[in-house]
Amino acid sequence: MESRTKLFNAFNINVFKRLHGFCNFSAINVKKCLMHGSPSCAQQNQKKTNTTVDPEDVYRHGQLTKDWWDEQGVLKGLHSLNLIRIPFVRDGLVQCSLDERDPTPLKDKKILDVGCGGGILSEGLAKLGASVTGIDAGKDLIELATEHSKNNPKLANNLPSYFCTTVEEHSQERKDYYDAVVASEVIEHVYNKEIFVKACVETLKPGGKIFVTTPNRSRITQILGIYVAEYVLNIIPRGTHQYDKFMTSPELTFLLERNNCHVELTYGMIYYPFSNRWELSKSQLLAFATQAEKLK
Amino acid sequence: MFKTNLRSLIASRKFSSGNNKQVNGAYDVIIAGGGMVGCTLACALGKRALLSNLKVLLLEGNPSSEFRVKPEYSNRVVALNQNTKSLMNSLEVWEHVEKMRLQPVRYMQVWDACSDALISFSSSDLQDDDVAYIVENDVLLCAIDKELKSSNIKNVDIVYGAKISGYDLPKINDTKMESTVKMSNGDTYKCQLLIGADGANSAVRKAMGVQYLSWNYDQMGVVATLHLSEATENTTAWQRFLPTGPVALLPLDSTRSSLVWSTTHSHAKELLKLPEEQFVDALNDALWKQYPRRSVVDTCTSWVGSCLRRAGLADGAERQLPPSIRAVAPSSRAAFPLAFGHSTRYIAPGIALVGDAAHRVHPLAGQGVNLGFGDVKDLTDFFADAIYTGLDITHHTWLEKYESSRQRHNVPTQLAIDALYRLYSLDIAPLVLARSVGLQLTNALYPVKKMIMSQATT
Repeated sequence: MESRTKLFNAFNINVFKRLHGFCNFSAINVKKCLMHGSPSCAQQNQKKTNTTVDPEDVYRHGQLTKDWWDEQGVLKGLHSLNLIRIPFVRDGLVQCSLDERDPTPLKDKKILDVGCGGGILSEGLAKLGASVTGIDAGKDLIELATEHSKNNPKLANNLPSYFCTTVEEHSQERKDYYDAVVASEVIEHVYNKEIFVKACVETLKPGGKIFVTTPNRSRITQILGIYVAEYVLNIIPRGTHQYDKFMTSPELTFLLERNNCHVELTYGMIYYPFSNRWELSKSQLLAFATQAEKLK
Repeated sequence: MFKTNLRSLIASRKFSSGNNKQVNGAYDVIIAGGGMVGCTLACALGKRALLSNLKVLLLEGNPSSEFRVKPEYSNRVVALNQNTKSLMNSLEVWEHVEKMRLQPVRYMQVWDACSDALISFSSSDLQDDDVAYIVENDVLLCAIDKELKSSNIKNVDIVYGAKISGYDLPKINDTKMESTVKMSNGDTYKCQLLIGADGANSAVRKAMGVQYLSWNYDQMGVVATLHLSEATENTTAWQRFLPTGPVALLPLDSTRSSLVWSTTHSHAKELLKLPEEQFVDALNDALWKQYPRRSVVDTCTSWVGSCLRRAGLADGAERQLPPSIRAVAPSSRAAFPLAFGHSTRYIAPGIALVGDAAHRVHPLAGQGVNLGFGDVKDLTDFFADAIYTGLDITHHTWLEKYESSRQRHNVPTQLAIDALYRLYSLDIAPLVLARSVGLQLTNALYPVKKMIMSQATT
């Protein structure tokens, strides 16, 4: 029943979107919430206008702490995503020839990992020498991330610093501070994407880069990414994703450009669940990765 | 300075009581086996800037020895292809080899004793690059060793005279990937990644418990250093397929060549026992003697030849004549068994195999060690890639990439060499006909020949 409502809901958004074009996000958000039949809607709606954090999502992810670092566990797709998102961030920040490469290409780079979770990406970036700040709204996850990074000898003296906070709070303290902001597989869990992107960009130095990876909102992702992956193949914990919170690549591009950024690159991403492998591709049907520069 | 200290420390440990169970060192990488491939790998791990943070230990069974170039050539030589040359160049090893000695091969001729068919490879087909380089094993090892001990490499420790008594490999599902190498003197070393570069009878491979597909060829390789009757430029490699196996002459300098003669076990033993003069006679026979011909084969090959000529392609009629042999260098004769070997897995969690430990081929194409150097090149490239991505070198994705990229290259090469061996080991009319015409066509069709050459040089 619930999924049917969702489907209906999603369908309506789509119709709405077609009627009104891509640009009006807040309208979509409001519309979406009005369509939502659950009793908590009004309450959520209230929060939605001024926060990015979905407490339900925070709770759901908090339940996964035990398996977070199991590379073959429920989050194996997130672990293997490191194989393409770390090079994506690295090459977006530093380009050097084969001979000049050294083990710490991201040295002296301050990176903010928004929605860092257990720190899978934060630790990966820290290993390349970056000084990483990881923030997440989940207290348990931040504890897990802190604990795990301390036990990782490979990080040596370059531990990421973790804070349990939201990006809008964090942006108050650190304006024009970071060389890069990474929001990997986060924006699809965010309520108010407008505030989210605005806060992310605020923390960036002028000329700094923002990297976003997220599933695309399309029928294919709804079927493959949510129904098949969560209910048939069980490769993603159930309830992880809500279709109506997904974005499309043009939506994200507009959002970034409206927030004083220039979108430099967008790649498509494809996941092969049986070999647990990600690949960058031309097709943005399933998921995409976007790189943008904050204008000076 | 530190390195020499450590080395002497390790040496002194050997004389201390052998019953201490403590770990003598923890490393990122331990290379078991300091042959040509193992040493090259150690050198490559030391030279690449991306890999210079790895702590590497090279375990070599033989004692350290000083090598000096002697006037006589060693009877063990290798033919190195362009890819190996560029690897050695990047490791700055090649300049040492050039300073000692090597002989470039500019032309190569391979022909069949049972027919007129022939194939030739010339440097003009390779944009005037040399087809191969003949280098003595000792010279190459010494050159690698020089670079390995140079001050540029700080992260590699070497233990000579290492006698390994066993391995404790990580179990599947072990979260902590760590191998332990136990030495017979009681020392133990721990590592994240163990690399088996310990040759065809690899103990690492056996400890991994992987399937090893192998068969012995009914042949031995007889090697020797030869003196030619007259001085020539001598940059041609010769190989003639006899019904008993191929006989090959590899140039060393203007008057000397190295012999690799694959023949039946009994014949090989006989050849080793023959007095030097009779050995030389037998060899000249092998290079020059007319074998009984079949008129069918001769008719067909000459018809194909004339067709090719009319089409303006090489008909293989222009052949060069091999040199005749004057003498064999005293006590340079030796023989070794020949076999095929293929390990179905090159990797396991925390373990990788390189060189002969993973694959073994018949020497008829001079590819064995080049495949091993190809392993080294790919493995270090993948390590560098893993580290540049912020991951451990033991990450299974990169090890799997190594395995599949190498097997994709090595296995077809091995099978092609095995097929050649089988094709030429029989003297049956239809087979002789098929291979002769096949060889003629291959020689005439440049794209096919180019394909073979590119497979053999990568």
